[in-house]
Amino acid sequence: MRSNEMNQTALNIFMVVLTAACLLPFLLLIISSFASEQSIIKLGYTFFPSEYSLEAYKYLWGESSSLLRAYGITILITVIGTSVGLTISALLAYPLSRGVLPFKYFFSFVVFFTLLFNGGLVPTYLVYTEIFHMKNTLLALIIPGLLTNGFFILLIRTYFATSIPVPIIESAYIDGASEYRIFFSIVMPLSLPILATIGLMLTIAYWNDWFNGLIYLTEPRLFSIQNLLNRMLTNIQFLQQNSFAGNNASAIAANLPTNAVRMAMAVIGVVPLLCVYPFFQKYFVKGLVVGAVKG
Amino acid sequence: MGQTRWGQTWKQVVRYRALLFMMIPGLIYLVINNYIPMAGIVIAFKDINYAKGIFASDWIGLKNFEFLFKTNDAFIITRNTILYNGFFIILNTVIAIGLAILLNEIRNAVAKRFYQSIVLLPYLISMVIVSYLVVAMLHVENGFMNNTVLPLFGIDPIAWYSKAEYWPFILTIVNVWKNIGYLCIIFLASIVGIDHEYYEAATIDGASKWAQIKSITVPLIMPTIIIMTLLAIGRIFYSDFGLFYQVPLNSGALKSTTDVIDTYVYRGLMQLGDIGMSSAAGLYQSVVGFVLVLLSNYIVAKKDRDQALF
Repeated sequence: MRSNEMNQTALNIFMVVLTAACLLPFLLLIISSFASEQSIIKLGYTFFPSEYSLEAYKYLWGESSSLLRAYGITILITVIGTSVGLTISALLAYPLSRGVLPFKYFFSFVVFFTLLFNGGLVPTYLVYTEIFHMKNTLLALIIPGLLTNGFFILLIRTYFATSIPVPIIESAYIDGASEYRIFFSIVMPLSLPILATIGLMLTIAYWNDWFNGLIYLTEPRLFSIQNLLNRMLTNIQFLQQNSFAGNNASAIAANLPTNAVRMAMAVIGVVPLLCVYPFFQKYFVKGLVVGAVKG
Repeated sequence: MGQTRWGQTWKQVVRYRALLFMMIPGLIYLVINNYIPMAGIVIAFKDINYAKGIFASDWIGLKNFEFLFKTNDAFIITRNTILYNGFFIILNTVIAIGLAILLNEIRNAVAKRFYQSIVLLPYLISMVIVSYLVVAMLHVENGFMNNTVLPLFGIDPIAWYSKAEYWPFILTIVNVWKNIGYLCIIFLASIVGIDHEYYEAATIDGASKWAQIKSITVPLIMPTIIIMTLLAIGRIFYSDFGLFYQVPLNSGALKSTTDVIDTYVYRGLMQLGDIGMSSAAGLYQSVVGFVLVLLSNYIVAKKDRDQALF
């Protein structure tokens, strides 16, 4: 029994070290964003700066209109993308889950084949820019991510097929309910767990997406927070060059606390996620496990 | 006879037209987002000329592929892609299984959930944020490594972002750090599903913890391990674009060890404007990727019909 206790202690110590390895980079980021520029020049990014300062955040406060705009765009594309994506997915998944659907195997294959083969970046890019002219529009941040491929559809279809008893649907039909009525008032409410899970996955994907902005956007005024962060990583003056507030950029540029600002930007980008994570982590875990097993 | 069968089908279509209508938005989307681009792979055989339009451009047969495979590029990006992804598959699987087994041994349920959610956290942040974290570590003048860690060992600062030889290690560490939580949770879910009676019987027979892990846990989660590995092998030609493009900050000096097929296609299209070469590399990736998916699924299906995708 005693050796068991010791094992548990050793195990817990090991796990604490491991979780520290996961968390310390974030801590370094946050502490560095509060370090004064002199401290960063002298000691680098460190867990123990010689001097603390709010200069970086004061500077970003001055640029808050650009930041808020980028956040607004992120929230907009996340809300629209998630709700539209989820609706389209469920509407496509439901008929596929019904045995009675005419040409069921053909339609299932159409969805499924998108998992196996894709045209790749070049044709996709040309379709969206040359045929649909989405370059430099907000649609370019929303449309390419709606379904991506048929994976979520197959997950939802499996849930519908296994968790919703066919007799319920049939008796509703006999009672005179239309297919739409059955879908919206019976199937959807019964499927909240899977819809919530897929919705959460879509939310994360939209919130974190920077790739679509990278390839489809050149205009900074459409940038989401991820695109802004991305651009500022290599070009720290970016915010000033494209300051939408039109304040005295040159005056600030002289003593811009660049090194701390870089870290502060990242903190602003990651803090919302860190704040909501504890409340949603249970669902994340569930969603990932559901996604990994076969759809 | 045929008449009545068509009549039957037509009746079904009318009867269930509502179901068919529901699918329209999703099907249109898949056509636009997936099927038109699939047809678009033909541009790899064309000399794209925007003035003429994409579909009116001249056919040039396999010229684009000739150019691609004549240079050393095709070899380097294929080598990098397969070596990195192959190594990631092995390393990630081994570490994740070990971690899942250890996590499962922890008796305090609150602590267990806490560790699990912290390990998963890096999986949920964007690669852009990860790049910032790596910059904080590796920045030449201000980075934590050059200012705090290396001086401890008396090593001179290293210009990380221009020394290609370090990046196989850096990318591997970043990849493990970011993705291990995900795999760990999948394996943990599989371990939790094992019947407790096996362990009770083994304990009564005097089997050590190690023997139990070796003879009960690992064999019983083997199906999950095989499936996850085969699925990953099926995707070995596709890389995590963010990891190879974003984390090295698109640095040209690092290309010999950070360029993979995805970044090559991206650079060809967006930075060099070389659509021919880029689409040829893209088609090469799609086709080989497709073959690998079919192959790995075929093997999965042989092992366990229920686990196969099709």
